[in-house]
Amino acid sequence: MAEKVLMKGNEALAEAAIMAGCRHYFGYPITPQTEVAAYMAKRMPKIGGVFLQAESEIAAINMVIGAAATGKRAMTSSSSPGIALKSEGLSYLAGCDLPALIVNVQRGGPGLGGIQPSQSDYFHATRGAGHGDFHMIVLAPSSVQEMASFVFKGFNLAEKYRMTTMILADGTMGQMMEPVSLEMGEIESYDKSWCACGGSDKRPKNIVNSLFLQAEELEQFNIRRYEKYAEVEKNEVMYEEYMMDDAEICIAAFGIAARVSKNAIDEARKMGIKVGMIRPITLWPFPKEVFNKAADKVKAFVSVEMSMGQLIEDVELATRCKKPVLLCNRSGGMIPTLEDVIAKIKEANGGAN
Amino acid sequence: MAVVFKKPEALTDAVLHYCPGCTHGIVHRLVAEALDELGVRGKAVAIASVGCSVFSYNYFNCDAVQAAHGRAPAVATGVKRACPESIVFTYQGDGDLAAIGTAETVHSAARGENITVIFINNAIYGMTGGQMAPTTLPGQVTQTSPYGRDTNTVGFPVKVCEMLSQVDGATYLERVAVNNVKNVKAAKAAIKKAFQNQIEGKGFSLVEVLSTCPTNWGLTPEKALTWLEENMLPYYPLGVYKDKYAE
Amino acid sequence: MTKQVLIAGFGGQGVLFAGKLLAYEGLLDGKEVSWLPSYGPEMRGGTANCSVTISDAPIGSPIVANPDILIAMNKPSLDKYINETKEGGQIFYDSSLISGEVKRDGVEIYPIPATKIADEKGLKTLANIIMLGHMIAKNDFVSLEGAKGALSKVVSERHKDLLNFNVQALTLGYEYKA
Repeated sequence: MAEKVLMKGNEALAEAAIMAGCRHYFGYPITPQTEVAAYMAKRMPKIGGVFLQAESEIAAINMVIGAAATGKRAMTSSSSPGIALKSEGLSYLAGCDLPALIVNVQRGGPGLGGIQPSQSDYFHATRGAGHGDFHMIVLAPSSVQEMASFVFKGFNLAEKYRMTTMILADGTMGQMMEPVSLEMGEIESYDKSWCACGGSDKRPKNIVNSLFLQAEELEQFNIRRYEKYAEVEKNEVMYEEYMMDDAEICIAAFGIAARVSKNAIDEARKMGIKVGMIRPITLWPFPKEVFNKAADKVKAFVSVEMSMGQLIEDVELATRCKKPVLLCNRSGGMIPTLEDVIAKIKEANGGAN
Repeated sequence: MAVVFKKPEALTDAVLHYCPGCTHGIVHRLVAEALDELGVRGKAVAIASVGCSVFSYNYFNCDAVQAAHGRAPAVATGVKRACPESIVFTYQGDGDLAAIGTAETVHSAARGENITVIFINNAIYGMTGGQMAPTTLPGQVTQTSPYGRDTNTVGFPVKVCEMLSQVDGATYLERVAVNNVKNVKAAKAAIKKAFQNQIEGKGFSLVEVLSTCPTNWGLTPEKALTWLEENMLPYYPLGVYKDKYAE
Repeated sequence: MTKQVLIAGFGGQGVLFAGKLLAYEGLLDGKEVSWLPSYGPEMRGGTANCSVTISDAPIGSPIVANPDILIAMNKPSLDKYINETKEGGQIFYDSSLISGEVKRDGVEIYPIPATKIADEKGLKTLANIIMLGHMIAKNDFVSLEGAKGALSKVVSERHKDLLNFNVQALTLGYEYKA
């Protein structure tokens, strides 16, 4: 295995994108993801790539659309308020069936909010990233290693399905340093005959477009796109189970909240409480099946999250409310503490311990 | 038999949807002729915008990307940076370029992006049915300025060429009109030059084309040409506003 | 073995750098490590802190709320975390910047006039490394040799000329006797 190096999540992510063959980065500074832009600014010119600081997040995502339309691997990164501005572009990317990678290093909201870590863009990423019927593949890293690996994988997935992959991280994931191996595997290559890069003298012209004024036609496009989404749901669901074999209580958590939860599980187990965790890695497609199966075994779920309660809705939907789902949450940039999670585990356990 | 006039190769056979008397068709043809004459049709990528010219991706016989409202210069930037060998142009109306997309316009000029921008200024929003544009003249009646554009409350028109002439990054800015044969010929020369600049890597070129909208102006095509001459030409003087490489 | 270390002080005192050095020492020693900084405007002149965890096992949360070891480089940081330090833990503080008696039951307290030593030895801005050197002397999950090795990883190419000063600071802290 390659030597592990100590890197910030934002920097590991940026380097992994370069290793994935991304040579086109368009961004705009915003805390706490600015290191991604800074890293790209330093590296891209040295490897013949493009780093461009756009005049706005809106311009940046549209530059990504342009570069992606030519079939090149392109990305942008931002944090919550900036991602909101990119929403228009996310919808266009979906409508044009373009592959691209978008990184959201979340901070607290709504509005200008704060700059501390948050997971309150869960709904935005999984449900409402823009107008119209569409999805993005959403990957939630829980370590610096995953910040790197998921970007690499994210590009492959984006091209495989011609759709957007979003890395939904948070301020802690972006800012923390952990050892990371930059051995990334294979860059997969997919058909690019659809791209609009100039070449209509050698083949029929290609149009990258999302406009269909005939309702019947647009409906057919949407139906076909959802058939593609069904494939993604069938093939690409990822999650991690932790101590679920004999668990009576199941925690649902992703990102940094899952890290805190692991410690809480270890502590609660010392107290004799059988608790485990399912950590969704793909927030879309959501690992519905594993949660639904767990609902037949456990007596309760605890959704540990850094929002006013967003992930909890997917847990309730996936388990069809067969078992109670408790909410252990902090918001606005606060992170649930070990004590917060243990207390909620005890409550789920019937408060007996 | 000698062919004396034919459709440019850079136009498809699609029937234009524009209203009778609208000058979009003329400008489409001028752009297509320029692509043909410069031999770059096969390398061209058209960036269609939002407005009446939204379907231009169907009319230009080259690769095309349809951009969100106002974002064409940003999309063009992405295409050009990813494929520097391609010839990239945007085709935008006044609402798209000078209202919602002002930032993208100014900053692509400031960066000196090596792209060509074709800017149709007809002083009104056409596709949505005749609302006030950033280039609507003072006193001009539109659906959203029913008593005439009142500069006290909604301010003055944006003069794009004049504004961009202050931007160091811009290479070539010219305002033309397509209301008569002489002006059409001049417009053709300007558009061709804007593409030639890109081929030579000279940077950002924008041609503002004063155009008519008979339907939303409520005039016959012929009277619309006169209206352009009498009202738009005095407010938007024709000419070269910047030419970095001029002798 | 899991050790959670919290290093806190003013922005500009090199709190994050000291933490990075410590984390790298752990990494080179084959351990699991994590480093988490406070971030935002507070870095620019306000208080800054960073959480470092070094462990034999995979690390759960990188957040250190109750440190085994607190390294406090100014008074506000000491006040903020003194009672958060774990029972049986250690507190190191810069006694040249924090005057008065520091009391806390159930922990070992190590004052060291790091800023004063740094000034005297011409090692301005290296009080952070002196503090770290002293902490290393009082613990065996880290070593002086390991930290010296880690220095070459964390001192950037541009500042290689400063490597020797850092080694000197580390050693001064390590050898300091109260």
